[in-house]
Amino acid sequence: MMDQNDEATRRQFLTLAGGAAVAGAVPIVSMWRVEATPAMLSAAIRNVVGEAPVRIGKVKLDIPPLVENGNTVPMTVSVESPMSPEDHVKSIHVFNEKNPQPNIGNFYLSPLSGRAQVSTRIRLADTQKVTAIAHLSDGSFWQTSVDVVVTLAACTEEVL
Amino acid sequence: MAQALINVPAKARRGDVIEIKALTSHIMETGYRRTAAGEIVPRDIITSFTCRFNGTEVFRADFFPAIAANPFLSFFMIANDSGKFDFEWIGDHGFSTTASASISVIE
Repeated sequence: MMDQNDEATRRQFLTLAGGAAVAGAVPIVSMWRVEATPAMLSAAIRNVVGEAPVRIGKVKLDIPPLVENGNTVPMTVSVESPMSPEDHVKSIHVFNEKNPQPNIGNFYLSPLSGRAQVSTRIRLADTQKVTAIAHLSDGSFWQTSVDVVVTLAACTEEVL
Repeated sequence: MAQALINVPAKARRGDVIEIKALTSHIMETGYRRTAAGEIVPRDIITSFTCRFNGTEVFRADFFPAIAANPFLSFFMIANDSGKFDFEWIGDHGFSTTASASISVIE
C-alpha cells in the first residue's frame, strides 16, 4: 500500500519536473563563456576559512572521474568524524574551479547528524577540480580535491 | 506549485542513524545563460534548504547556481525521538515550498 503511494507521487513528480525542464529549455539558445578565476576561488575559500590553515585529509569527495553530462553530476562528501558533541563536523563547503561562480554549496551539520555525509547533484561547466572543505568543531579546516573530466559541459548546449 | 519528494524511514530504533533524502522540482536557472537575442536569462534558483525536527533546526544548506536542476539532497540524522521533520526550500523571486515527514522511534 505504502509502496504504491510512493510510486504514484514519484511519477507525478517526474512528470512535473520534466515539464519544467522543457518549458525552461525552449527560449535558451546558447551561453556566453564566463569562468571563475583562481583568484575568485581563493577569495571564496578565504571567505569561509578566514586566516585559518586548511589541512589535507579527513574529507572524502566521491564524484565520477569522467562525466558525460555536466548538467547533473552526483557528488557525495563524507568526513571522518565521531560526530559527538565534543568532536563533530560543523559544516561542509564545496567549491569548483571553472564554473562562472566558485561556490557550489554549503552544508551545516550538528552532532545530531550522526554521520558527516552529504550527497547532492551538481553542475560542472568544464573539466576541472572540485574541492570540499570541512569545518570541525575544534575550529580546524580539512580539505580534499578531485579532478573531474567533463565531456559535455553544463549550459553550453547549442540550439535546441 | 512546486512539488517536493521526501524520503524518511517511517520507523527507526532509538539511536539509529537514518538517511533523509529530499528532492524538489525547480529549474535552478543559473543567470549565466542567454537567449537568442543575447539577453541574460535572469537567475532563478533555490538559495536555501532547512530541515527542522520538532521545530528545531537540525540541518541547513546554501545552494548556488552550480546545484543541478531539481535539487536533490541526502543527509543523515540520529533517531532519538519520535516526531516530525519539516523541510523548507527558499529561493529567488519569493520562491518557497515546504514538506514534512514523521518518524516513530521504537526501543
